[in-house]
Amino acid sequence: MTRQTRERMIEALLFASAVTAVVIVLLIMVFLFKEGAPFLIRYGIHTFCLGMEWNPIAMDGEPSYGIFPMIVGSVYIAAGSLVLAVPLGLGCAVFLVEIAPPWAQALIRRGIELLVGIPSVVLGFFGLVLLVPLIRESAGGFGFSILAGSVILAIMALPHIISISADAITAVPETYKQASLALGATRWHTIRNVILPAARSGIAAAVILGMGNSIGETMAVLMVTGNTPILPEPLYDVLDPVRTLTANIVIEMNYAAPGDHREALFATGIVLFVMVAILNAISHRVLKSRMEAGR
Amino acid sequence: MGTEDIEIESRNLNLWYGSAQALKDVSIPIEKNRVTALIGPSGCGKSTFIRCINRMNDLIKGCRITGKVLFEGRDVYEKDVDVVVLRKRIGMVFQKPNPFPMSIYDNIAYGPRIHGTQAKRELDEVVEDSLKAAALWDEVGGILDKPALDLSGGQQQRLCIARTLAVKPDVILFDEPCSALDPISTARIEDLINVLKHDYTIIIVTHNMQQAARVSDHTAFFLLGEMIEFGETKQIFERPVEKSTENYITGRFG
Ligand SMILES: Nc1ncnc2c1ncn2[C@@H]1O[C@H](COP(=O)(O)OP(=O)(O)OP(=O)(O)O)[C@@H](O)[C@H]1O
Ligand SMILES: [Mg+2]
Repeated sequence: MTRQTRERMIEALLFASAVTAVVIVLLIMVFLFKEGAPFLIRYGIHTFCLGMEWNPIAMDGEPSYGIFPMIVGSVYIAAGSLVLAVPLGLGCAVFLVEIAPPWAQALIRRGIELLVGIPSVVLGFFGLVLLVPLIRESAGGFGFSILAGSVILAIMALPHIISISADAITAVPETYKQASLALGATRWHTIRNVILPAARSGIAAAVILGMGNSIGETMAVLMVTGNTPILPEPLYDVLDPVRTLTANIVIEMNYAAPGDHREALFATGIVLFVMVAILNAISHRVLKSRMEAGR
Repeated sequence: MGTEDIEIESRNLNLWYGSAQALKDVSIPIEKNRVTALIGPSGCGKSTFIRCINRMNDLIKGCRITGKVLFEGRDVYEKDVDVVVLRKRIGMVFQKPNPFPMSIYDNIAYGPRIHGTQAKRELDEVVEDSLKAAALWDEVGGILDKPALDLSGGQQQRLCIARTLAVKPDVILFDEPCSALDPISTARIEDLINVLKHDYTIIIVTHNMQQAARVSDHTAFFLLGEMIEFGETKQIFERPVEKSTENYITGRFG
């Protein structure tokens, strides 16, 4: 075999694997839309997404498929997790890059790796047996709640937020830091006024990406949020249970009869898919603008 | 020279990076409102020396120092010296222009803001004065809110000088400020240094012999971490005492 034909073959192989990946993604999308889109159009995107009531097996009268409470639930829990994870993660990233002595750095990095490795079911289980009772006893309510879901998701988002932010902070040129210190700025002032602003877009990308991951997370959330497809009452009550879009699919897929009910679950998947895709697109846009502005 | 004119003086300064000694028993007196040039081949310790003066070496792990660096008679390495105040009074301009990724205005205002100036009118004044003193006002006076990184390299370096002037230092350390610039920008910076020396004590590291001869009053020649010869620039360039100084100046090595 000549070198040229070998090069060709390798190229072809690489091309084939790239194509396979794209095709698989496309197939999933096609399948999802084929199963869910007809229902979505028949029932009305508007009534589906903004409908308040989810009652697929109505004893008397028409069944209703409104997922608005679940959209709210998903966004609520994801946002809540970020409120907890971003300050903590950012603080940890700054400490990791700018302050920690080498042994502490190694320790934190090891810890982050461990955290990433915990399966989400295990985290959910931890939430179920520890966090939920803790919330029930200390804050009141049912225990299964937005708060519990947010905490568990925050733990899952934390390692990603730390490592992406740490990368963004590491990428800030050393010369900025030197210039600031040479003007008499303290280390803390330098971090706040030069390093963090310079790493801003990288951190923003981390946050948005984290949000997308959180919205898509299923198992752990399912185990601790109570899964009632109703809006919290009052809306800001983080101790109320909610159901997320992901949980809706998992819970009902088992017994959903073919027809409207089943298709409504696929339609739920479409909504979820679109939400995550939008967040990912925003995150990429932010990262790209950073590449272009970064000199 | 009378001792009252000595603003900075290093005495028997030794410095190690880990176990490698980078400065050996360096003693140099630096006169007030004069330009002192540091010359010598690459790696001889010039940058290391000036970083001792504003204690930028504090940031380097494993860096150890013995001896003294007196600033107005007081050792900057004494325990109760406040580095924030020290670095406010001893400014530094780096080899590569390093403006912050902010507007021109915010770059200049950065230092004064650290040191407590908040009033908009006061800041406006400092920004304008500093840019004028750095001979940059005519070029950027109308575009103060533009990103500093959009300026040319030479403009960026003058911006960095203006940023240093804005905190009203007494001493300015220049570490090869022109090595990344074209000849025209270099000439502008040299002119600037010649003006600034009326108000500031200046120490400049340079690899350019003509530059040292043009801008400085005194010159110190470094070799392998040692200060070989120090004196009036004219004397160093015309009648060097040490053979190695002569060799370096005439370009026979380094
Ligand atoms: N941060 C550091 N850690 C360890 N060694 C260093 C460090 N900075 C400089 N050195 C070493 O100290 C010696 C003096 O370096 P220095 O940068 O002061 O030289 P220089 O005269 O400024 O050279 P140049 O003209 O190339 O800038 C060199 O041998 C260098 O390798
Ligand atoms: Mg140097």
